[in-house]
Amino acid sequence: MCLAIPARLVSCRGNHATADLHGNRVEISTVLVPQTKVGDWVLLHAGFAIQKLDEREAAETWAVVKDLRDLGGGS
Amino acid sequence: MTAASPSRKTSSTGSRISLAHGGGGQLTDELFVSAILPRLGNSVLNDLLDSAQFAGAGRLAMTIDSYIVQPLKFPGGDIGRLCISGTVNDLAVCGARPLGIALSLILTEGLDRQVLEDVLDSIAATANLADVKVVTGDTKVVGHGHGDGIYITTAGVGAAGPYVLHPSQVRPGDVLIISGPIADHGMAVMLARQMPHVKSAVRSDVAPLNHMIADLLEGVPGVVFLRDPTRGGLAGVAADLAARTGLHITLNETDIPVRPQTLHAADMLGIDPLDVANEGKIVVVVRPDSAAQALEALREDKHGKEACIVGSVGVDEDGICELRTSMGGRRILQKPYGEQLPRIC
Amino acid sequence: MNTTAVFDSREQTHQSLERLRAAAGRLNRPVKFMEICGTHTMSAFRCGLHSLMPENVTLLSGPGCPVCVTSQSDIDQLIDLAHHAKATICTYGDMLRVAGSHGSLEECRAAGADIRMVYSSLDAVEIARLDFSRQVVFAAVGFETTTPSSAVAVLEAERMGLHNFTILSSHKRIMPAMRALLDSGDVRIDGFLCPGHVAVIVGADVFEPIVRNYHLPCIIAGFEGPQIAAALARLTELVADGTPALENYYSQAVTAHGNTTAQKVIEQVFVPADWQWRGLGDLKDSGLALRPHYAHFDARLRFSVRREQVKETPGCRCGDVITGRATPPECRLFATACTPVRAIGPCMVSSEGTCQAWFKYSRVKFARKAGVLS
Repeated sequence: MCLAIPARLVSCRGNHATADLHGNRVEISTVLVPQTKVGDWVLLHAGFAIQKLDEREAAETWAVVKDLRDLGGGS
Repeated sequence: MTAASPSRKTSSTGSRISLAHGGGGQLTDELFVSAILPRLGNSVLNDLLDSAQFAGAGRLAMTIDSYIVQPLKFPGGDIGRLCISGTVNDLAVCGARPLGIALSLILTEGLDRQVLEDVLDSIAATANLADVKVVTGDTKVVGHGHGDGIYITTAGVGAAGPYVLHPSQVRPGDVLIISGPIADHGMAVMLARQMPHVKSAVRSDVAPLNHMIADLLEGVPGVVFLRDPTRGGLAGVAADLAARTGLHITLNETDIPVRPQTLHAADMLGIDPLDVANEGKIVVVVRPDSAAQALEALREDKHGKEACIVGSVGVDEDGICELRTSMGGRRILQKPYGEQLPRIC
Repeated sequence: MNTTAVFDSREQTHQSLERLRAAAGRLNRPVKFMEICGTHTMSAFRCGLHSLMPENVTLLSGPGCPVCVTSQSDIDQLIDLAHHAKATICTYGDMLRVAGSHGSLEECRAAGADIRMVYSSLDAVEIARLDFSRQVVFAAVGFETTTPSSAVAVLEAERMGLHNFTILSSHKRIMPAMRALLDSGDVRIDGFLCPGHVAVIVGADVFEPIVRNYHLPCIIAGFEGPQIAAALARLTELVADGTPALENYYSQAVTAHGNTTAQKVIEQVFVPADWQWRGLGDLKDSGLALRPHYAHFDARLRFSVRREQVKETPGCRCGDVITGRATPPECRLFATACTPVRAIGPCMVSSEGTCQAWFKYSRVKFARKAGVLS
């Protein structure tokens, strides 16, 4: 019930954003995390960002994020 | 059908396939002459007889497969590239040299002709890459609402090779190799079909591998078995092999290559990459003292650059396939039970 | 309440497993911990954790897969709407294969009904927006992790003035279920692995009453293998020391008070309601119903959905399995009449169901027995 993964916001428009990880880009809603902005990492669940994540902590928790950081942080 | 010389390839955007195109009359001829022959024509096909004759085989290998993929086009390929690659690869993994393909098209009335022509272009290009000819074929058209645009069936005939590639050859100590990162094809198609609004970086790996396989078999005598991990994925092939040989097979999770974008897409949808289809990869079972040579042979081909060892055959005769997880734990791998459904759970 | 250190996968996993074994060695009896979330069930199996656990520590799967706890009648209602009301049903993938009394949504689709899988609740709203002539019903399933999504969908539909969008709410709340399990007295649980993503929404402090009133340790955990291992180690230590506590091992995402924006939107749209759970019966305030202001978006009201008395398949022990009262092999049907290929109860259908997880990942002898493996 809890499948959620980290992703980075690459563009924000009001309550909507484009989230990216390793080049996969998906349109999501950020209405539940109004404090987020471009460049932030979020936890993504069923098309919604449900929490803002600290990038360093996120990288150390999720291996995929760590790969991204090792590659230079952007895609 | 009368012989006709290939005319200049036509392109007819905006016109559609009608039921009459499948009727076997003049409109069928027109479609054939203007769309199919210019793209696929060769000395055998051009004869347009009821069956094709060509030289090349002592012992024969034959295979057949149908392609019903949706959407017809996906990142990295389309149904055209798929229908040639899949059948060519099925022949090649049995050690056969592909000689000819029979191509059966079932089109849906109303199909945009440009879509058909794009698919035919793909078929031609892929056949060219594989050095195989489409030697005979058939086209039918079904009514609106039937079918999904294009269904393709390809039967392939090949010359059986001198190699004995069979599960009965597999012994304890043999090594399992995958020719590259897994799950690209299945994830690319799944995203394209289920989540068209995701701009995905995942691309299908669909490709004909017969040249890579021929070089491998010719150069490395210790290869004992080959499979392409299509539907059912790497897990399906490994579990199947364990069951058929009755031996214990271990795969090492940390050694199995998956591209980050593919892994991310799989995580997002709750799918296990081990269960996902590949259309441009092979699993090679090889004697341990030939493993290094096999890797080298694969890596020389552009489709095998990232080949690596992923597991081995053990001595226990339990027919179980097991995954050593990255945490150091173990779990059983079985064939997946059917279509994977994306989940939120 | 403590927060956890950050994980470095390999080294920390090794240390966690060492800690787990050391603590297990100090126990004077076998212990059973329960994870309540289907994603925890899956992750634990996929990373091979069960094969690494000491003999005297067992991890049970609780009623956390909403598919498992969704009563047959909810599926029946959706199928009813698809067939009789000719509605377009939008659902998450998980629900497609769960059996109602007369087949699943997937079978219903094969028979011609308009059943569509969506990734986000807002996709369902969009489908409604694009075609006013069709009635769109969204199957709103899930715990608090997913409830905000349904609430937002309703608000968005209201904002757009849609008259053809409704939801069939089967949303559940986790705490009433945990309390009911413990109050039933039927099952002995020594501690909980609390669902990390539910906690993202509701906050860590919500689980405090479990420690205070039942004296059981609770660790809020993430879903990566190393995170679950560390949480299990800590749970075992707390039992061995006799010091139950609530600790947050997922502070990367979970705060004490949770996502208050999400909580507000749930509160705005939904109100707690009594609900029926498989295996737990009727639990007070354990579900969520739409508030009267949003009755317009309630599929049950708009379509006067019939509630039929549902008969469980005789012999199916899904209810016992998800409440930890029985393990899958203790169900007569497990791996005989009920297999992933031909599933009877949701625990076997659901890719996160306990029975399917046992069948797939660790009990190959059951697969042999069923003739699924040669």
